[in-house]
Amino acid sequence: MEIPKSFLGYKRENRRAGTRNHVIILPVDDISNACAEAVANNIKGTIALPHSYGRLQFGADLELHFRTMIGTGKNPNVAAVIVIGIEPKWTKRIVDAIASTGKPVEGFSIEGVGDIDTIAKVSKKAQEFSMWASEKQREECPISDLWISVKCGESDTTSGLASNPTVGNLMDKLEPLGVHLCFGETSELTGAETVCEKRGKTPVAQAKFKKTWNDYNDFILKEATDDLSESQPTAGNIAGGLTTIEEKAFGNFQKIGGCQFIDVLEPAEEPTKGAGLYFMDTSSAAAECVTLQAAGGFNIHLFPTGQGNIIGNPIEPVIKLTANPLTAKTMSEHIDVDVSKILSREINLSQAGDELIKSTLRVANGRLTCAEALGHKEFVMTKLYRSA
Amino acid sequence: MSNTDIIIHDEKDNVGVVVIEKITPDQDCNCWIMENDKSVSIQSKDEIPLGHKIAMADLNEGDTILKYGHDIGKVVKNIKKGEHVHVHNVKTKKW
Repeated sequence: MEIPKSFLGYKRENRRAGTRNHVIILPVDDISNACAEAVANNIKGTIALPHSYGRLQFGADLELHFRTMIGTGKNPNVAAVIVIGIEPKWTKRIVDAIASTGKPVEGFSIEGVGDIDTIAKVSKKAQEFSMWASEKQREECPISDLWISVKCGESDTTSGLASNPTVGNLMDKLEPLGVHLCFGETSELTGAETVCEKRGKTPVAQAKFKKTWNDYNDFILKEATDDLSESQPTAGNIAGGLTTIEEKAFGNFQKIGGCQFIDVLEPAEEPTKGAGLYFMDTSSAAAECVTLQAAGGFNIHLFPTGQGNIIGNPIEPVIKLTANPLTAKTMSEHIDVDVSKILSREINLSQAGDELIKSTLRVANGRLTCAEALGHKEFVMTKLYRSA
Repeated sequence: MSNTDIIIHDEKDNVGVVVIEKITPDQDCNCWIMENDKSVSIQSKDEIPLGHKIAMADLNEGDTILKYGHDIGKVVKNIKKGEHVHVHNVKTKKW
């Protein structure tokens, strides 16, 4: 198949391109959720991104909070941003960082004003942003403007046999075209960690991966009251035929095909070394992982599933594929791409990879994903440790 | 092309994965090796459901299970060629 060289996206002020055109109302902290949701309810064409944190965090955990907030606002799938916090200082820090992209952004704080007057004031600005964004048109963008993140969930042996390798096949075909790619899931590479480390393109990238995985493993050994046999693999994984964490990890690892990663990113960190594959240190919990990847600037997501994970994200469209014929049938409203014919050998991996590329471009051009049509908007912040 | 009952990732692997609803004891199964597109056959000894693994060779306690061409765990109870391979006879080497 000849791969299309372009897609129809929204060109942003900082030369990135979006596959979506959202106006977001971003609460800095948990207590500003009510205000943000009221504004999004008032003004059509906006979405609120409520979450559970943002108060009394400190150190690396607070930095991750800011990085996630700022990265979400900077994501090219977002046209304009309203930031609402209880206090002006943290609100301003987020606004200023998002403003570096050149996109419209405005901050508001609730203290000394109250919810009702804040909602009135913010709604006027949100209306202006929403109507401004509604005139944005899709334009032809080079395929290299796609930043594709991947993460699998509710895996079974069909994931390692077919749906993950289909994603790997897409990576092998799109990497030479200058696309940014990202995989994560530090914990679920356990067992394949030395093989994964060798996929680092440079000794520096390899060393960074090794340190990241070792830090995670040390944390598990310190915190775990027993071994992880009860949770990795999960009961569902075992019923699906997965026997050990190593087997699960090598299945997971199929998603990167034959690609090498050029750098290791902190959670929610934006890549800066150009096109190619990146590893991001993330949890293996689906919504946390995709939220971090979206905050890193990725604008379209591929999600292979075995038993049927249903996750979506408010700003990054999540495309689901499965090779499990039963899941494709019983959960069809969640599955964008059915590659179960690989198992019956009616199609080969390369044909499945081509189908996934076609579906990815349709979604990049504007087709809703199953998760978007069903209203899945899981925005889940990663928290590193308890607050002060 | 005859139907494929079992898929093997890599030529080095000593297990394959059942890709039909189930295989039954004494069934002659067609296996396809993804890596090199070769076909082999095996007679099963157990009933094995979709997604579960079959031993492609006799395996002794302490042997390493290879899937994707890589180490995915150790044999903790002898396994005969054609038998079901899962948590009752294989364990992780991690914990």
